[in-house]
Amino acid sequence: MSILVNNNTKLIVQGITGRDGQFHAGRMSAYGTRVVGGTSPGKGGENIHGIPVFDSVEEAVQATGANASVIFVPAAYAADAILEASYAGIELVVAISEGVPVQDMIRVTPVLKQNGTKLIGPNCPGLITPGESLIGILPGMIFKKGNIGLMSRSGTLTYEVVNMLSKNDLGQSTVIGIGGDPIAGLYYLELLEMYENDPETEAIVLIGEIGGDAEEQAAAYISRHVSKPVVAFIAGQTAPPGKRMGHAGAIISSGSGTAEEKIKAFGKANVPVAKEPSEIPRLLKEKLKKTHI
Amino acid sequence: MKIHEYQAREIFKRYGLSVPGHILCHTVDEVKEAMKNIDHLVVIKAQVLAGGRGKAGGVKLAKTKEAAVQAAEQILGMDIKGYTVEKVIVADAVDIEHEYYVGLVNDRNTKTVTLMVSAEGGVEIEEVAKNSPEKIHKISIDPQTGLLDFQARNIGMKLFGNIKLARQAAKIFRKLYQIYIETDSTLAEINPLVLTPSKELLAIDGKMNFDDNALFRHPEILALREVDEDEQKEIDAREKGLSYIRLNGNIGCMVNGAGLAMATMDMIKLYGGSPANFLDIGGSSNPRKVVDAMDILLSDKNVRAVMINIFGGITRGDDVARGLKEALKTIQTNIPIVVRLSGTNADEGLALLKETGLTTVSTMSEAAQKAIELSRQENQY
Repeated sequence: MSILVNNNTKLIVQGITGRDGQFHAGRMSAYGTRVVGGTSPGKGGENIHGIPVFDSVEEAVQATGANASVIFVPAAYAADAILEASYAGIELVVAISEGVPVQDMIRVTPVLKQNGTKLIGPNCPGLITPGESLIGILPGMIFKKGNIGLMSRSGTLTYEVVNMLSKNDLGQSTVIGIGGDPIAGLYYLELLEMYENDPETEAIVLIGEIGGDAEEQAAAYISRHVSKPVVAFIAGQTAPPGKRMGHAGAIISSGSGTAEEKIKAFGKANVPVAKEPSEIPRLLKEKLKKTHI
Repeated sequence: MKIHEYQAREIFKRYGLSVPGHILCHTVDEVKEAMKNIDHLVVIKAQVLAGGRGKAGGVKLAKTKEAAVQAAEQILGMDIKGYTVEKVIVADAVDIEHEYYVGLVNDRNTKTVTLMVSAEGGVEIEEVAKNSPEKIHKISIDPQTGLLDFQARNIGMKLFGNIKLARQAAKIFRKLYQIYIETDSTLAEINPLVLTPSKELLAIDGKMNFDDNALFRHPEILALREVDEDEQKEIDAREKGLSYIRLNGNIGCMVNGAGLAMATMDMIKLYGGSPANFLDIGGSSNPRKVVDAMDILLSDKNVRAVMINIFGGITRGDDVARGLKEALKTIQTNIPIVVRLSGTNADEGLALLKETGLTTVSTMSEAAQKAIELSRQENQY
């Protein structure tokens, strides 16, 4: 098991002829992901690292039976690429593109719902089920197969934590970067439900940051619906209000979205919050010990 | 991106919303000149990119020409939340029967644009939301249909309980939604929307924020941008592929990735120090970026030590090390630098840096503690 991606995931890369698309298509293939095709309008018939290129997602799906896509196109065209994948019947779309206008994502959302498409991102590093499938720009070598589910709004902070987990013999079931934008695809609540139902996941790590109230909602959801141990970390305790901390979604506006409120909410839900990333493995081990007695 | 009230008023007018007249003035003389042709009540309003202008004394009603000039003398040059008032508007005052709040925002939870209205206008809506949330009426707008007439009318009925006014208000709500969508706003407020004794609805204050990610398709909005010194630095950094925010501490941070950069700042605070900035150098390992990043960091004269925290994923540790070596060749500084590298090719990177005499460590907590220690050493210059 695991969630969202596994050995059966057949991936196409939208924007495969661009610099990033080309580079990461090669890396994903080398990791073992079944990269079955790529798209780039006007470049159908070519190939990149032996991966066939198609003019449209529809053609790529017909020819390869792809069920997932990853998007590397420039931000201004990302919404179109997401919708193209959705209308072509792709089940899981992962948008790496950074800087997508918020209104574009608002317009995309109801169409995805209507077509039953799952979206991760945009502005995210992707996701991985270690040893099976890597989608996106994650550095594959730091991950280790195991039973910790991890979801995060950040990229390198996730790698930092994963690296420590792997070194402490805490392998991962599926690790997901949900992205740093204010309006994105699958988020904590949907993923908590998936992890809770996944027999391979024994414990969950949630890495949040300032901005919005998704962490508070996740905390409330955990107290009601999640039986597995959860450990959290919140970045941005020293962030000043009103300033966007790199991620479009990481902003304290009108006094709400602070780290303090989020940490308090997790405290209420009996979810330990690590003071620094290196505390996460220890907190997880403590939590796991308790549930195993 | 934020704009001034007068700029929001001008956008509103262009779209046909009813807004009382105003004249923009930069000096007391300009206010005197403006008042020559005015013989009614006016309000002198500070134009700064900060809220709470009224409370700070930046908004004054003037009954006479002399009072208007006097108000302008007081307001121009005043400091409001760190912003110096460099311009005011002389706005036509109107008779007020009641003040309402109308606002549009992007709601992260419903993933829609949400219209909020309240009969508690003229005050900060956050306070209403905190103290009496039942006084705010909300509706999530389906992006496929936009704000429908009946929805706008129904929410208008909740405010006015009177179909004639509800119809008038519905037009305003739908117009504001059109402005919001067509300009890629992230906030559009009319606060207050005023009901006059003659039952007219007027927008007497406006606030708009725009999506930075969408400015590429709105050159007309981008042209309204006004930035202070710190913001100019942030914009210059962005053009170099860096994300920089200045803070008040003395430990400069250079990190790859926004989340890790925030966690690094937090770590410095956790160990008793104070971060000088947020600085994300992004995913590339281009040495040029490291050079640019060092330039920006060291331009802040408060910086007493620098902590570089890189997780080498796709950005390889040895590339970062090469970039640092190159940067240090061009920048002469006595400020101590602590480098922490981990992940891909970290050992190779650390070995390269050893030769340069930089302090190298392998964990984030060590790096933070070391940087704090070095920042406290005296006589380093």
